[in-house]
Amino acid sequence: MTRKIVPIVSAGSEEVGLYEATKKIYPRSVRGLFARWRWAMVFLTQLLFYGLPWVEWGGRQMVLFDLAARRFYIFGLVLYPQDLIYLSGLLVISALSLFLFTAVAGRLWCGYVCPQTVYTEIFMWVEHKIEGNRTARMRLDAEPMSLEKLVKKWFKHIVWIGIALWTGFTFVGYFTPIRELGMAFLQTQMGSWEVFWVFFYGFATYGNAGFMREQVCKYMCPYARFQSAMFDRDTLIVTYDAGRGEPRAPRRKGHDPRMLALGDCIDCGLCVRVCPTGIDIRQGLQYECIGCGLCVDACDTVMQKMAYPPRLIRYDTQNGMDAGWSRRQLLWRVLRPRVLVYTTILAALVIGLLASLVVRTPFKVDVVRDRASLARIAEGGRLENVYRLQIMNATEKPRHYRIAADGLDGLGVSPDEPVTVDAAESRWVAVRLQVPYGTVPAGSQTVHFRIRDEDSGMQVSEKAAFLVPR
Amino acid sequence: MSDFINRFWSDYVAVVSLLSILGCVILLWLTARKRIAASADNTTGHVWDEDLREANNPLPMWWVGLFVLTIVFGLGYLAVFPGLGSFRGQSDWSSRGEYEGELARAMQELAPVYARYATMPVEEVAKDPQAKAIGERLFMNNCAQCHGSDARGSKGFPNLTDKDWLHGGTPEKIVESITKGRVGMMPPMAAAVGTTDDVKNVANYVLSLAGEPHDSVRAGLGKSKFTACAACHGIGGVGNQALGAPNLSDKVWLHGYGESAIIQMINTGKQNEMPAQEGRLTEAQIRMLASYVWGFSNNISTAATTP
Repeated sequence: MTRKIVPIVSAGSEEVGLYEATKKIYPRSVRGLFARWRWAMVFLTQLLFYGLPWVEWGGRQMVLFDLAARRFYIFGLVLYPQDLIYLSGLLVISALSLFLFTAVAGRLWCGYVCPQTVYTEIFMWVEHKIEGNRTARMRLDAEPMSLEKLVKKWFKHIVWIGIALWTGFTFVGYFTPIRELGMAFLQTQMGSWEVFWVFFYGFATYGNAGFMREQVCKYMCPYARFQSAMFDRDTLIVTYDAGRGEPRAPRRKGHDPRMLALGDCIDCGLCVRVCPTGIDIRQGLQYECIGCGLCVDACDTVMQKMAYPPRLIRYDTQNGMDAGWSRRQLLWRVLRPRVLVYTTILAALVIGLLASLVVRTPFKVDVVRDRASLARIAEGGRLENVYRLQIMNATEKPRHYRIAADGLDGLGVSPDEPVTVDAAESRWVAVRLQVPYGTVPAGSQTVHFRIRDEDSGMQVSEKAAFLVPR
Repeated sequence: MSDFINRFWSDYVAVVSLLSILGCVILLWLTARKRIAASADNTTGHVWDEDLREANNPLPMWWVGLFVLTIVFGLGYLAVFPGLGSFRGQSDWSSRGEYEGELARAMQELAPVYARYATMPVEEVAKDPQAKAIGERLFMNNCAQCHGSDARGSKGFPNLTDKDWLHGGTPEKIVESITKGRVGMMPPMAAAVGTTDDVKNVANYVLSLAGEPHDSVRAGLGKSKFTACAACHGIGGVGNQALGAPNLSDKVWLHGYGESAIIQMINTGKQNEMPAQEGRLTEAQIRMLASYVWGFSNNISTAATTP
């Protein structure tokens, strides 16, 4: 099949290099439905990010990743390194969600909630407030240095750095209790590592949102590269309806374009000027497009002014564009195998993860056999094996655990007084299992430790081997 | 750096590393100079599979800057740290040195903790919950491999929790055992005892000393033959801590219980060793361990230990 190649007007030079100096992009601000969605997402994600560390939960920070003590506190949960499976589950769920959203509606993540997008949005808002709109910014950059320019630029950077450092501080606050961190900062007693990470993360925010912006998406981001592999012909993408728009030409308002043998596009260039990655969507889907829908808003305002129907640029699918489908037909195509499979796996994983969190016992036990002494005869003619049990208390109160064992006749546990483990601590205890000598056949026998939390009555079973010498 | 068999491989690695970096420099320089004809549709002119064309999306210059930075960093790194074959780098850094430095630092940080117990009598240290926790960790890392996690030993490895001591159970003796190690040696005694029948008789006599089940006729016959053993184990087999000779009149059977185990011991003897810990552990650590071990057999119960 043949594809129509939309020619790109070359820069006029006969030869081009493989590298080029970056051209700065000055996106014009825009109002509309998708711009509102973008801002809603900015507020939602940042309220969560900046707010969460300040929420207290039963005398401690609600969400705290204490790396030094190797404990993660999330709401009422205390997670140990042994709970890594939950982190894996979370990451797999995140990946599958990305696959699902991308298959359905293209680069939604990139356009609305990716931190790179969100912080760029915030930084551009600051820039807009201080330096003015697109034309004002371009003029300011072009003019020679003056006192006014210096003040504006300095002011902008100071605000940027303020936001960036606050972001870094918040980030570190997830790993070090943020209130203590704040106090330490006020008394200038922050640890050197904390200071380093605040500045590191702050610098990354400042650099990426202030200077790199769309280049992160274009040249650095791995997700941007592989999301295009998840597109198919039924994926919603930002498209320009060439059939309706072409041939494009400026015209006066009030004329029927069909009489002038023109399409609906008036070639105002607004969609190009609002694009945060600086592309012209009218050339079709390009790898730079992050699917933010700002050009849709921009074009709609123009269409409204021209009294033409809206959505000359819109979210649509390739099949939908070719066949001229209605919304209902588009929605129907969402229920295709790829999406259904993603949804099923995702739902199964989410349900599985939540279920395992609900039935999770608030303590864990590891059984480690003594490797050196296989078995020994204890006084009183009993055969003895030694184990070390690591009991991990994942609650926030001291607990008492009673250790029992079964699986062999006459199996006894010693010492059998309850073991006390402090809140969110773990403890190793040496435990001996004994059977009367000669009652158990030689070899490796399976026994089960039953560890019972005396306060809640919950019980954990752990399998172990009991060795009987010949 | 003894990682290389000879000088050649060291040089080979160094040359390959440097040539790779030089290769990167050349590649970067060539691509930066390369000009291609600008085509109308922004492609390089390469076509695969009939319609697949390579677009020329120029890389921004700052990427090139980053490449240059990595090259500079790489060369700087190789100059400072070991990486070029057996060249040690200017900083003389090594992972072993780092480990030793960290160990020294940790020891320095722990010094005040140990200092608290340095002058405290062992009997007092054994009662201290924090000291017990430290002792437990040291024991788990350095002693439990042989003596067991619960310090009750196993065949050939003494139980440290009972009152039966081969070399003495005073704090000083325990410190000495840990520091200098111990060697237990029993020569094969079959020839000194007599015939195989005599050996069996002596074994039964030994069982009778401990009040274990035995053949009383054989034990009676073996009693006279026990003089060969009494040189070390003492009259009545009560043992001798100066020699490390076990007490045969109690119910502790370090090297196996029963007639056959005793016969084998008389016939073949035994060479047993506890390795010396000096040099591996500091004096302060040995003292903590001694208190911890001494506490077992003296029924020291501490307040609930914090893990």
